[in-house]
Amino acid sequence: MGVPIKVTVNGRQYEAEVDPRMLLVHFLRDVLDLTGTHVGCDTSSCGACTVILNGKAVKSCTLLAVQADGAEILTVEGLEQNGKLHPIQEGFREEHGLQCGFCTPGMIMTAYDLLQRNPNPSEAEIRHALEGNFCRCTGYQNIVKAVQYAAAKMSS
Amino acid sequence: MFPASFDYRVAESIDEAISLYQSADGEARYLAGGHSLIPAMKLRLARPSRLIDIRPIEQLRYIRVGDDGAVHIGSLTTHAEIAASDVIAQHAPLLAQAAKVIGDVQVRNMGTIGGSLAHNDPGADYPAAVLALEATITVQGPNGTRRIAAADFLKDMYETALEPGEIIVDVAVPSYSGWKSTYVKFFHPASRYAVVGVAILANADGNQVQDIRIAYNGVASCAFRDTAAENVLKGTTVTDTAIAEAANAALNGVDALSDHFASAEFRKHIGRVYLKRALQGLFAG
Repeated sequence: MGVPIKVTVNGRQYEAEVDPRMLLVHFLRDVLDLTGTHVGCDTSSCGACTVILNGKAVKSCTLLAVQADGAEILTVEGLEQNGKLHPIQEGFREEHGLQCGFCTPGMIMTAYDLLQRNPNPSEAEIRHALEGNFCRCTGYQNIVKAVQYAAAKMSS
Repeated sequence: MFPASFDYRVAESIDEAISLYQSADGEARYLAGGHSLIPAMKLRLARPSRLIDIRPIEQLRYIRVGDDGAVHIGSLTTHAEIAASDVIAQHAPLLAQAAKVIGDVQVRNMGTIGGSLAHNDPGADYPAAVLALEATITVQGPNGTRRIAAADFLKDMYETALEPGEIIVDVAVPSYSGWKSTYVKFFHPASRYAVVGVAILANADGNQVQDIRIAYNGVASCAFRDTAAENVLKGTTVTDTAIAEAANAALNGVDALSDHFASAEFRKHIGRVYLKRALQGLFAG
């Protein structure tokens, strides 16, 4: 039996009927066709599925779509404005914050959560904030640099 | 991984939640932040026929000092809210010290204290803290309201004193303003659950200890107070020798968990090492 939900994703309103067992990440990817949000471990560990729900980073593989009824969601697709990359996206490009790119959308969304709470984080604070996001390529060093780049750019 | 199918209902009040529980065919479960229950459902470790979403019940979301002088925390309060609370930092910082190291940023934004306690995962971080803090857990169910001491509430692995249909509504922690506390944890590197977590709460003047409470989670199937280690330090002056004696006294006779990541022997070893480090940190200088 479908349950009706209303959500705002990247500023656009959607109404849909969803199976209650559908996870938010599958709703975003398979129903709304927003495939920037990735399914990684599917066990709330790796953070590849991170999105911003009502202003806070959450793991969309561990949320039911029905729990997001009435919520405002921001995914990686919502960051770019008028063809211009968000400073965090730009930071990942400029500082080579990715190799395979699989973890990148989740890293970016968690970094977004951090920078809105703490616009000028120390290296230790960046590493602490990214504890719930796994990268198997970069060794994290350039990801930290990417977030530092974005912090500097956003506060200038 | 999808959970098995279930009937999804939303409750706007505690009474409505309980009545939805009573009218369910088969097993109903309450859904708070979902960060214990949804993973369990995805793995088919839980397969409720009805999920009752209690997150809209705003009256279960608060942190305040009550008329009894205790800090009261509504069961839907998230780990992130507990970690950031000035009230908790002042009266019961141990709870915030545990909340700060639960999972990661994303998990702390969704997971709730009520959900975590109701699940009673052996690797959770609140159990040791609520035992050391001698918290009282208030539950409401079809037969009314009960107040349960944390030590009686946490029964065994994934087992609590909750009766069918009961919801945790409040966690009350006496004020420990002026006490020292710490929570140290050996993380599982992937899940970030506690392989070993030790909570210490001490009423001390410098290194003169009047009272001390030491509790572990992660080590065994359920969190517990280590009274043997407490007794070594209670009423004494903490020295390096006393810390070593307390660590030696800790975890004796405990039936420790063993898995492919950490054997029982390793868990107990780490438990003693972490107790020593925690005490050194607390009584430094």
